[in-house]
Amino acid sequence: MTSLENLSLPAFPLFQPLGDRGLLVTLGETIDEAGFHAVRKAQFADTHPPLEGVTETIPGYTTLLLLYDPKAVSYTDLAAAAKERLSIAGNLQLPPPKTVTIPVAYGGDFGPDIDFVARHNGLTPDEVVRLHAAGRYPVYMLGFTPGFPYLGGLTKRLWTPRLKTPRTRVPAGSVGIANNQTGIYSVDSPGGWQLIGRTPLKIFDPDRKDPFLIHPGNMVAFNAITPEEYRRIEKGGLP
Amino acid sequence: MSDAVKVLFPGAFTTLQDPGRYGYQAFGVPISGCLDLYAHVAANALVGNPENAATLEMTVLGPKLEFLRDCRTAMAGGDLRAFLNGAPLSPWRSVAVGKGDLLSFKGVKTGCRAYLAVNGGFDVPPVMGSRSTYTRGGIGGLDGRPLKAGDILRKGEGTAVRDLALPESFIPAYPREITCRVVAGPQASFFENLETFYSAAYEVTAKADRMGYRLKGPALAFKPSAPQSIVSEAVVPGAIQVPADGQPIILMGEQTVGGYAKIGGVITPDLWRIAQLRPGDKIHFTPINVETAQAAYREAMKRLYDLQRALA
Repeated sequence: MTSLENLSLPAFPLFQPLGDRGLLVTLGETIDEAGFHAVRKAQFADTHPPLEGVTETIPGYTTLLLLYDPKAVSYTDLAAAAKERLSIAGNLQLPPPKTVTIPVAYGGDFGPDIDFVARHNGLTPDEVVRLHAAGRYPVYMLGFTPGFPYLGGLTKRLWTPRLKTPRTRVPAGSVGIANNQTGIYSVDSPGGWQLIGRTPLKIFDPDRKDPFLIHPGNMVAFNAITPEEYRRIEKGGLP
Repeated sequence: MSDAVKVLFPGAFTTLQDPGRYGYQAFGVPISGCLDLYAHVAANALVGNPENAATLEMTVLGPKLEFLRDCRTAMAGGDLRAFLNGAPLSPWRSVAVGKGDLLSFKGVKTGCRAYLAVNGGFDVPPVMGSRSTYTRGGIGGLDGRPLKAGDILRKGEGTAVRDLALPESFIPAYPREITCRVVAGPQASFFENLETFYSAAYEVTAKADRMGYRLKGPALAFKPSAPQSIVSEAVVPGAIQVPADGQPIILMGEQTVGGYAKIGGVITPDLWRIAQLRPGDKIHFTPINVETAQAAYREAMKRLYDLQRALA
């Protein structure tokens, strides 16, 4: 990987403008759990209490983007305030991240690509289920579609390339694998991930009090359920 | 609240929009909203609405609408050549319409997008604080989709307002070649030929929609030491992404995450002008520092305020 230092950028954290109302704070350049916790701490530090003029704080793998109102605060003053907050963020002791458990019916119509994923990795479909459900996955960020989690932590034994031809419609709730990533489709959408299962829970429901089941900074766990349990939960039963 | 408008023909891409859905970008929900805030606010002000009332954003080929009750309406933005009961209807002024009146459009003359307001605002249930349509997420507006024939649009109770026309000095021109002010982006140092970016003309391609405008022009070259993509991070409207082919893409209102290098960010008021460009139109970029960008932002917001005051 190319180091950003070759491009004569100063050391991290890096404060840069994005247009006339964004301040991008870059904390590092590699995707790992240390970065996950650094972003969590930085987000906590920047939002307790909220920085003056900031309207949204958006985490990325190694970044935080602060959106602000240029009528309320100048870029220079905001960058200085954010820098001061960050200087103490490293020493913060945060409670461990909340774990959100997602029930998943693996295989069959719910996960039509599970056999491919198994064959590709020299495993049985049951082993795919066991390995996938045994993982703990940090939620680095949400995006692509509303509530779609970018998860880390997929065991190398399940890495599988994307489909050669993406599907035109993947049902919401589908759990898939793409290379070293696993994720959950939050709305019906086209997609090329290898589908191994589906959750009956709505990852994104705009009518729910909290529309998002999973927040950035959470951990996700998967729990294997039967097709019968899937239908029971889909009808409103408790997971 | 009552039925106000029946959609006889939906037009090329007509959606309900307001200033946008804020506060959920960390959850992957983009701002959406009207792409040309200036025209949206003007249309609302002409019928006595606050700026957060929902308008119809009409694109290039407007819809055919039948009014179902007496109300007041106004259009602002690009000139899509409107006709009321067969007679030309000028934008930038309000007009009283009655039951059975027909509004139709003959195709774009200037700009790309026009905003239609009715007094009281189009009424749909707000989703997460906004009436904006976000079609890819299927939320907001009318069931999260563009209008289709047969739709009935309801409106809120507006106050009766007099005939209003926007003073000439507030009516923008929509030239087909514009210059946009850009703040250098986080990855500007990845590029070898920044001077090309800031001197050449870039043409709007057919791939230009509410998500982004893909441009065509002299390719931007990555330095040999620079990666051709980055670890995905949050983006904002106006961010100019450059994929490996070196052709810039200006993000508009419907994307929250990006993995391409950002050479710069178009300032907010110039993004409203980009929203009025259509394929074949040209953009020049000019660099400004962030302090100047913020002054321009504040000035544009003051102008919106002055516009509303002029019609109050």
